Amino acid sequence: MPEIRNMTLNFGPQHPAAHGVLRLVLEMDGEVIERADPHIGLLHRGTEKLAESKPYNQSIGYMDRLDYVSMMCNEHAYVMAIEKLLGIAPPRRAQYIRVMFDEITRLLNHLLWLGCHGLDIGAMTVFIYCFREREDLMDCYEAVSGTRMHATYYRPGGVYRDLPAQMPQYQPSRFRSEAEIRRLNEDRQGSVLDFIESFTSRFPACIDEYEILLTDNRIWKQRTVGIGVVSPERALQLGFTGAMLRGSGIEWDLRKKQPYEVYDELDFDIPVGINGDCYDRYLVRMEEMRQSNRIIRQCVDWLRANPGPVILDDHKLAPPPREAMKGDMESLIHHFKLFTEGYCVPEGEVYVAVEHPKGEFGIYLISDGANKPYRVKIRPPGFTHLASMNEMARGHMLADVVAIIGSQDIVFGEIDR
Amino acid sequence: MSQSPEELMAALQRRFTASSDHVRVAFGQVTLEAPRERWAEMARILRDEGPFAFEQLIDVCGVDYSTYGQSDWETNQASVTGFSRGVGAGGTMPTWRGERFAVVYHLLSYRHNQRLRVRVFLEGDPPRVDSVVSIWNSADWFEREAFDLFGILFEGHPDLRRILTDYGFIGHPFRKDFPLEGNVEVRYDPDKKRVVYQPVSIENRVLVPRVIRADERYEDARKLSGR
Repeated sequence: MPEIRNMTLNFGPQHPAAHGVLRLVLEMDGEVIERADPHIGLLHRGTEKLAESKPYNQSIGYMDRLDYVSMMCNEHAYVMAIEKLLGIAPPRRAQYIRVMFDEITRLLNHLLWLGCHGLDIGAMTVFIYCFREREDLMDCYEAVSGTRMHATYYRPGGVYRDLPAQMPQYQPSRFRSEAEIRRLNEDRQGSVLDFIESFTSRFPACIDEYEILLTDNRIWKQRTVGIGVVSPERALQLGFTGAMLRGSGIEWDLRKKQPYEVYDELDFDIPVGINGDCYDRYLVRMEEMRQSNRIIRQCVDWLRANPGPVILDDHKLAPPPREAMKGDMESLIHHFKLFTEGYCVPEGEVYVAVEHPKGEFGIYLISDGANKPYRVKIRPPGFTHLASMNEMARGHMLADVVAIIGSQDIVFGEIDR
Repeated sequence: MSQSPEELMAALQRRFTASSDHVRVAFGQVTLEAPRERWAEMARILRDEGPFAFEQLIDVCGVDYSTYGQSDWETNQASVTGFSRGVGAGGTMPTWRGERFAVVYHLLSYRHNQRLRVRVFLEGDPPRVDSVVSIWNSADWFEREAFDLFGILFEGHPDLRRILTDYGFIGHPFRKDFPLEGNVEVRYDPDKKRVVYQPVSIENRVLVPRVIRADERYEDARKLSGR
């Protein structure tokens, strides 16, 4: 009689399907998972402790680097927490710009999720398709903030600057022909808003393309239907939020239930799954992209019709314009004080959550009245999702672990912080 | 929201016969201070009873209050001479007299669409509190995190291991007496042909001192936003 025992398998931290630096210790009975123990923390940078040692504004950039595929949504929660403690609200135009970029960020996140999820479980083409559209959205990021990813665009009291009147264009190079440059610059002739509008008009057809590739694809369904099923009761117990919770059939979206900024004025629907498996979560996210596209379109229309300030005109919180600094002593002092000492936030504590592409992203901020936060706690959505890995993967095959990781939409920047 | 924060506050006071300084509403958010001994029992009530129905535990956060209210610079008095107007060397004395550690729980009720913050102050070293993993399963990793970063012991937790820090890490990094730059750093030793730990070679430079100014600088901003 041969000795039969369970095998312990190390999955990651350097595995392409581990979405970064996940180390999964899997106890296997043949090819069936008995127990999954995720080891995290390989990307722990102590963001919360670093934020406690810096003036408030200097930590906005750290927030971009938490979930590094949905940058502006992270900033949004942090900036809203500061605003709530200060008791201020940004101008309407800034709120619309924030909502528009939150939804652009949601598209960025879901496109990356779809591409990588597809790649992980064997659909190569969809990855290339998704990155084609991501490129355009990254260009929007670059046009408003100067960077393609870590934007630091939202500031307490508004956004850093108004939308530019000219969309940046491609320049000829030895890698691209004149004809190609002309084609690429075709819808970049006008302002950033024009470009975003033309994007929203062609994007639904792109989602159709992805759906043709996947939704009724036999292999795709074999890999995702009935995999990682979570009941609604368990989803609540396990702390699921966002698309993971909606995939299990609970109708909950902070944008509808606890609206922030201008979400209560916009028209959109919340997709909900039925079975709580990987396939339903896929369908929910696909529909979320269509809804985000609708929201962006409404924001574009509003922003076109309503020019105005995009940040509060209070130079204790927002820097004065560059020209004023050159001639006005008071502006220079304001600028100096703001960028050296920063501003003091009144004593108190707030918890502010946004509907992040991955779930509920919250910031719990304690201030003792100083110019630096006393404690910043980041509530990452992916943390609880990954914590349920043991329960979701038990009894499935090794290859299904990859599908589950993919459908949880794991990004280690936010889980490890 | 089905009931206002004030109504939730009143319901909490009735149920737990808590005095008004144990339940507070600030910024439209309700905070309940729970005694450590009764917390596990209160948690079950908060989850199961109709007027509360907090089905989900959103977050568990450890807090070290030991340097609360301390600043690096004294800013109250402005001198009339010299360059250092308004600041003097040396910080203010610590003003925190309560328990050093606290665990803050954020609860969410889907049925009533409302949130609650519960703070439990902990005494002793190491600080101890009852685990709520059996009440809300999502507490599992959050409690491991608070243990790892603050050294708070959750009694009854099934698997209280470190989670975010390195294997074999010493200390609890988010305590206020843990230096920002850490205690050890790693490098590859070509002689030993392996990675070795050594005391840190960098030192922390505070570029912006911590300042507490009690002034009315935001009145203008509040008026602008109409609050």
